[in-house]
Amino acid sequence: MRYRNKFLGVALLIVGVMLAGHVSVAQVETKRVKTPRERLAERSFPNVTLTTHEGKKVKFYDDLLKDKIVLINFMYVKCEGTCPGTTANLVKVQKLLGERVGKDIFMYSITLKPEEDSPEVLKAYAKAYKVGPGWQFLTGDTKDIELLRQKLGFIDRDPVRDTNKSNHITMLRWGNEPHTLWAGCPASLAPAKIVKEISLVDWPAADEVRRGGER
Amino acid sequence: MANISKINRKAEKEKQQAARNRREIVAAGLSRRDMLRMGLLTSAGLLVSMNGLSVRATNSAGHLVDSGSGSGPSSPPTTPFVQPFTRMTVKQPAATLNPAPTVIPNTVAGEGRTISHQAFNQFTPTKFYEVEQRLTNIITHPELPAQPLWGFDGLVPGPLYVERYGRPILVRNQNNLPANNGGFGKNFVTTHLHNGHTPSESDGNPCDYFRPGQFYDQHYPNVLAGVNSTHQDVGGDIQESMSTLWYHDHMHDFTSQNVYKGLAGMYLLFNDYDTGDETTGFHLPSFGDGVSDDSNFDVPMLFSDHLYDSETGIVAFDTFNFDGVLGDRFLVNGKVQPVMHVHPRRYRFRWLDAGPSRFYQLFFTDKTSLNQRIKFHQISTDGNLLDHPVEVESIRLGVAERADLVIDFSKYAGKTLYIENRLEQQDGRGPTGKVLAAGQGNLILKIVVDLPAIADNSVDPATITRFYGLPDKTAAPRITRTFNFDRSNGLWTINGRSMDPECQEVRARISKNSVEHWIVTNSSGGWQHPAHIHFEEFQFLSVNGAPPASSGLVLNGRKDVIRLEHNMQTKTFFRFRDFVGRYPFHCHNVVHEDHAMMLIWEIVDGVGDNITNP
Repeated sequence: MRYRNKFLGVALLIVGVMLAGHVSVAQVETKRVKTPRERLAERSFPNVTLTTHEGKKVKFYDDLLKDKIVLINFMYVKCEGTCPGTTANLVKVQKLLGERVGKDIFMYSITLKPEEDSPEVLKAYAKAYKVGPGWQFLTGDTKDIELLRQKLGFIDRDPVRDTNKSNHITMLRWGNEPHTLWAGCPASLAPAKIVKEISLVDWPAADEVRRGGER
Repeated sequence: MANISKINRKAEKEKQQAARNRREIVAAGLSRRDMLRMGLLTSAGLLVSMNGLSVRATNSAGHLVDSGSGSGPSSPPTTPFVQPFTRMTVKQPAATLNPAPTVIPNTVAGEGRTISHQAFNQFTPTKFYEVEQRLTNIITHPELPAQPLWGFDGLVPGPLYVERYGRPILVRNQNNLPANNGGFGKNFVTTHLHNGHTPSESDGNPCDYFRPGQFYDQHYPNVLAGVNSTHQDVGGDIQESMSTLWYHDHMHDFTSQNVYKGLAGMYLLFNDYDTGDETTGFHLPSFGDGVSDDSNFDVPMLFSDHLYDSETGIVAFDTFNFDGVLGDRFLVNGKVQPVMHVHPRRYRFRWLDAGPSRFYQLFFTDKTSLNQRIKFHQISTDGNLLDHPVEVESIRLGVAERADLVIDFSKYAGKTLYIENRLEQQDGRGPTGKVLAAGQGNLILKIVVDLPAIADNSVDPATITRFYGLPDKTAAPRITRTFNFDRSNGLWTINGRSMDPECQEVRARISKNSVEHWIVTNSSGGWQHPAHIHFEEFQFLSVNGAPPASSGLVLNGRKDVIRLEHNMQTKTFFRFRDFVGRYPFHCHNVVHEDHAMMLIWEIVDGVGDNITNP
């Protein structure tokens, strides 16, 4: 109470000063305090437009994250090293998650090389790995992809290591957007272990069901 | 010097002004269009560079980072040193527990434990506690809104356990956390008593978590290491007595979020030498009633840092920063920059770096005399009394490290001192290694020596030539193992590998009653890792190839955290005894820990494995 009143008072003062400076200002009203979920979205989930491997334009927050449980990784098609293994591993994860993928759990693989990985290239890649529905490969403007990579923390503070894209493909992030629950694990874990990890961000009701049955 | 400090103050003022302006604009309900029209906002969404509005709201990635580098977002301004320092609430035992504790997990009644107590009948608990993890609303600074934190018994830090060797206890944890996490945190919990000599099933293993509505009984025998050992006298090794422990949540993948949210507290252990009474034993300053200024001269201090959302004033955690998270507000016992009043006499302080990712180098500073070197005696490392007190002028702590010290305020009667952190740290990877000049660091606690003179029956630590002594470390190891803390392909690793999220993969099987040497290294110059081993403490055999004391006399002591600084190699001596079961070894930058920089080892009856590179 004390907090809000204090700042409302100062705000009135400031607007008063602005008015005195011949600036036209909209009505003064106190804004509702944002929820932690809204603040997290503002901070970490830029609502940029991406294109799916099926050629559909989507908004990152509105269409891909909002109200969903999601798995997010970064990849690129012409990646040797650990990339192909990661995608193959995630195909197994998708199978284990079954029909929930595309219903309340969604999988997203964002290319680190949007200039090479067009929707068509990604579509062929997804097809080659027999990726099922509910898992989208995403490309977009280079600057938007870079913004997402930064915001989602797929970065290395060592600038030399950071330019090496193969340093950003080993981590899998997963979370429950409405419940502001986020964590991560190595993408190379055994598929069943990844599924168990994701259960930590499952809906509270699902957890009730699971209770007592496992260690 | 004074000049630079003035510039720092000016920068801090400007930053605070900018944060205030941002919130005022928001509070005024100006739309983005209004602000653009008024020229307050650039098209990129940044506040324009004028009249204190110029301090950027975020760094380039938009992450919540420390303001130490000058580029991060700031917490709302808080006036320093306006609220009193608070001592922790001493935990009171329960008359009875209902249902009564059982050796076998009481699953039917809702216990989340899955393994039977292995030492319940040998060290039958005679004192019982019930503690609940729950949501609480706590004022950390009077100019900030009440914080929706999670606390043991609703306290942040949690209640202080005051225990004695030879008196086993049982603590029932009741998980009453809500489904709504308020932005971060997982409501499954597992409490680790760091570094209790605790059987595995009561140790707070990261996979031994339990859910809201469940409880978990933890049996703390409060025994000396060596109590069941074949090479030790009956009753364990007095030289392995511990004094200052802490407890915190250890939830797999979510430890950093849950500890930052408040699930941490401290635990003291006394015995017939370290008695808590300055008229007996080692004559260290009295613990007294634990609460009042005139009785309690043995004061635990839990240091942590917070970042508060610049808009809402509510504590924020960056779940998308995997290097480690820093706050720009410094808390002691859950209060931002409090003021403590002391008598002109000796005090024992027990310092704990509760993280999540910040390292400290703590000095006492007299702002009116910055060149004055204020000395005191460090008496322990990580809760283990040193061989004897060592006179120092600062103590460096990585996350989870503790140090007890004795400082004599009689020399400073009428003066004001500050506990100042002078270690430069710009991001969550670890400190730069640079120690700032006096007055240029973070002032954390204001200490005013203005209480009246009062009796002091403690002894001058300079006259203590020996506490318990240190255990012999010449015994030959059964095996020498190597552990390299590193980063490989964007992942935190130990020996190139990640933690098994189910805690099932045992990377080293260790024979009960055996000696091992562990070579623990950090091959990087970019990160530091406070590497923590549960259950048994170690002694350094070497640090960077040299005898430990050559890097500071206090490194001769017993510890449970190896503060791996840049490119450091350490060789350590361990004796594994008493109980069987699984324990973790992990980085205690809890963000690294949550990103799989951990492994599980196990003490087994019979012969351990011969894996030298687990």
